[in-house]
Parts: sequence; C-alpha cells; structure tokens
Amino acid sequence: MRPRLRRVPLHIIVFILPAAAIYTAFMIYPLFDSLRLSLHGNPEGGGVVFVGLQNYARLVADSLYAPRFWGAVRHNLIFFAIHMLVQNPVGLLLAALLSARRLPGLAVYRTLLFAPTVLSFVIVGFIWQLILSPLWGIAGGLLRAAGLGAHFRPWLGLEGSALVTLSLISVWQFVGIPLMLFHAALIGIPDDLLEAARVDGATGWRAFWGIEFPLILPVVGLVAILTYVGNFNAFDLIYTAQGALAGPNFSTDILGTFFYRTFFGFQLQLGNPFMGATVAGVMFLLILAGVLPYLFVWQRRIEVHEL
Amino acid sequence: MSSPVAPPAHRVISAAYPRPYGGKALGVHAILVAYALIAILPVLLIAMNSFKTRAAIFTTPYLPPLPGLVSLVGYETMFERAHFARYFVNSAVVAGSAMALILLLGAMAGFALAEYRFRGNAWVGLYLALGIMIPIRLGTVSILRIMSDLRLVNTLFALILVYAAQGLPLAVFILQQFMRQVPRDLKDAARIDGMSEYRIFWLVLPLVRPAVATVAVFTMIPIWNDLWFPLILAPGEATKTVTLGAQQFIGQFISDWNSMLASLTLAMVPVLAAYMVFSRSLIRGLTTGALK
Repeated sequence: MRPRLRRVPLHIIVFILPAAAIYTAFMIYPLFDSLRLSLHGNPEGGGVVFVGLQNYARLVADSLYAPRFWGAVRHNLIFFAIHMLVQNPVGLLLAALLSARRLPGLAVYRTLLFAPTVLSFVIVGFIWQLILSPLWGIAGGLLRAAGLGAHFRPWLGLEGSALVTLSLISVWQFVGIPLMLFHAALIGIPDDLLEAARVDGATGWRAFWGIEFPLILPVVGLVAILTYVGNFNAFDLIYTAQGALAGPNFSTDILGTFFYRTFFGFQLQLGNPFMGATVAGVMFLLILAGVLPYLFVWQRRIEVHEL
Repeated sequence: MSSPVAPPAHRVISAAYPRPYGGKALGVHAILVAYALIAILPVLLIAMNSFKTRAAIFTTPYLPPLPGLVSLVGYETMFERAHFARYFVNSAVVAGSAMALILLLGAMAGFALAEYRFRGNAWVGLYLALGIMIPIRLGTVSILRIMSDLRLVNTLFALILVYAAQGLPLAVFILQQFMRQVPRDLKDAARIDGMSEYRIFWLVLPLVRPAVATVAVFTMIPIWNDLWFPLILAPGEATKTVTLGAQQFIGQFISDWNSMLASLTLAMVPVLAAYMVFSRSLIRGLTTGALK
C-alpha cells in the first residue's frame, strides 16, 4: 500500500466544501462544459458528434456567421477604446480633484458622482433613450439653448453614431468605478512623501505626474483590466436600448448581443447552443488574452517597481 | 509608524496639500459641480416628470411637479398593468438569499484559508480566485442545460445558485484578507478554553463586520441589476425580477410617457434609497482598500 497522505482535518473540509461545491458546479464546470460543447455539433440534426474546431472555423469564415462576428469584434474594440479614452481619464481627473486634502463637500461629491454606477443598465438605457429622444426634445432643447440646435441628431437611431453614443452612456454610468479606485489610491499616498516633494519644489501638475501618478500605477492596470473584462462581457445596455438585433442595422452589435442571438436565435435564424458555446469560447479566449498578461506581466513588473 | 499622540492618518492636515484656496479652489469646485450635475440631472429629470401631466412633460420638462402640472396617471396605469410588487419580492428573495449564501459560505472558506495551513491551501485559494476575473456569463449555454436537467428553469432557486457562484470568488478573496488581520492571541486563547474550531469561526466573524458589509454591498448591486440571467433562466411571469420586469414593461409602453417615466422612477427609487443609506459604508469599503 502507498503511504497515506496526511489527511486534511474534517473542519477545514466543512468550512471550504460548500463554497467550493457551488462555485465548481455553477461556474467552473459550466465554463469547461461550454468549451467542450463548442467542439461538438449535430450536423444533420441527428446525434451530437465531436467536430473539432469546425465551429470556430464557421464562426470566422462562414458567410452566415463571419460578417456579424467580425462586426461584433470590431464594435467591441471601439466600445473598449472609448471607455479607455474617456471613462478612465475623466475618472482620474475627478479623482485627482476629489483627493485634494480637506476638500469641503467631499462626501456629497462622492455620493453624487458615484450614484449612476449603482443603477442598472436597463434603467440607464431607458433614461438616455428618453433624454436623447427627438420626441421629448431634452437633448435638442439643451443644444438649442447653447446655440447649437443645428447639431442635434437622433444619435441612437443613426448607424454612424449609435455605437459611440451607447459607449458614452456606458461611460456616464461607470465612471464611478475608476473614480473611486483612483481616489482610494490617491488618498492612500502617505502625506510625508508629498511633503518631501513639495519641499523639493514639485507642486500641482508636476507633483501629480511625477510622484502621485507613478505611485498609483498598479491601480491604472487594475482599472484597465476591469474595463476590458467588463466591456467584452457587456450586453444589458445594448439589449435594452437597441434590442437583440443591436440596431440600426447591427451597428451596435457587440459580442454579448451576438452571443445571445447565436444561442437563442432571432427572427429567421434558429438558435444553436453549439455555435453559442463557440462564441462564448472566443469571448473566453479574448478575456484570457487580456487577463493573463495583466496577471503575469503587468502585476509582476509593478511589484518590482514598488520595491 | 505613528507616535501614540498622532491623530489617525486620515485626519492629518497636510501641508503638502493645502486646502485649495482662491481661484484654484473655485476651479476645482466648478468642475466637480459640473460633473455632479451631469451625473444626477438625467435621473432627476426622469423622476420629476413622472409626477406630471403628459402635456407638462412635453411643454415644461424642466419644471418640478408644481400644482397644476401634477398627474399620477403613469403610476395608476402601472399598478393596473404590471406586477411590480411581485417582481420586487422576487428580486428581494433572489438577492437576499444569494447574498446570505455568499456571505456565510464565503466567510467560512475565507476563514479556513486564512486560519489553517494545510496541503494545497495556496492552490485552493487560487482556484477560488479564478472566478474574480472570468465572467460567469460565458458558461451560460451549459448553465441553462444544467438548470433544465435539474428542472430549475423558471425558478428563483436557479438564479440564487448562479449568483452565489458568481459572488463567492470575490467574497472569499476579500474576507480571507480581513480574517488574516484578526489577532492570533484571541483565537489561541479560545482554543485553550477548549472552544471548537466552529465556535472560533463564529467568534471571529463579528470582528470582520466592516468587510462583510463591503462584500454585501458589492455583491448585491450586480445581482439586483442583472438582466442576463433572469432573461435566460427565469423569464416566466411568476419569477420575473424587477430589472427584467422593468425592461419588458417599459419596452411595451414606449409611447405612453407617463407610464414609462413612472416605472423607471419606481425601478430606480429602491436602488437609490438603499444607496443613500449604504453609500458611506460602500464608499468607505472602496476607499479603505477592500479591493486592493
């Protein structure tokens, strides 16, 4: 007989098992099972057979899937780029302003600035649909008041502007996350460090970019990866504002809505769980492609710098 | 780090960052007020107009519901047609049960990982942390199969299980870090007194209350607001959550502005009210490094 491993005491198992069981059964197993399903199919409507990477090949090349798939990838990249270029810099700016020591009204500002973040996508989608609606005329009226009335368009209804508009709506909602994370990091910087910088003559703008920003770099990475994962997993806002078809003419279709339609079907096309799992598989790879470099490259380098 | 007489770190009045004054302070406040308005005005506009007559909504959208402009017809239509009370109960049951599971099981696992050195401790911790970064939605195809095999489609139980699985990784991760900070002496004293490990867990749990509150708020918001899983796992009338109910109800009433504004307001109010109550502990949780 092999020598028995030292047994883990019972109470440790009792503590860990329930959490591990639920997590494994409803998260880890489904993720792997979904990847397995993406390698299967039922070509003639008969039994389920292993088809290797055929589903993936169809997704990227078949005329039924490929145009929508590549469209969704492109739109998702634009969606992400707008978050990185608008949401995170605005969050950083507001956080820097909020982090001035002894700012009067700090609690009120924090509460107000973070409020949209706790609302659901559904509510946010409808709020902006109403405000941007030419029928109600709020957005149009405000532009007219500013003398820019001629620039008003039904932005959500135009192919050229719908995706950017939705991205900005999402930015409006989620700017609170980078704002709070940056704010937390900035107020965590020890005062004596800033004091030393001030004595050395670095103030304001120069102190911020020279001292504070490098110190909060780990949070910059965290914000970037949270934005990336959140954006490549987005669905609710587009579905609420533009429907499952992500109109007009699929111009706001991202991977989340494409996944939903592929899995459940829409109008004339039947849903297909295997192709749905394949879309999820691609999303999984894309998210890993962001998360792994973050964990193994960015975080390590940053830790070295901190020492 | 600090001498016994020093005030707590966050109270230190820093010379490096003098309180903004003069023109600079004005500029800072101008930007913050402007952005606060951008954040809050759309919400106010919706809530305000939900109490007005249809004519007033269109002719004077910026006025508060003054006498003469008031109408509750939107709320009346909504209470006749939609079952918001039921949706609300469903959401409360789902979010409440999932949160109870996440907090209890997450605290147990976090306690074990923080407290004991055993074979594979680090691996178990890493395994449970994987789910922080990977969205559970990617397993949806398989989750729907499992739920239909278990005959749980269109039950609240399906949502509770999925949300528990979704929330546990972050809960274990955060609670474990806070459990580590509980002083050893306390637990060792309890062991000398002959307390069982289970009793010690219940002894430690109240000591990490702030972390539990933070985790509670962080897990509650995404569960309450989720549209994806209610839409896929429990779209039936009896199991609709507020978020799904609002999405479908408002979608139908796209030309009835009174009802639309009323249902939006009603869907927002509980969330914003809860936020106002918990905002201090939520923001404290965010800013004291619960997520670092």
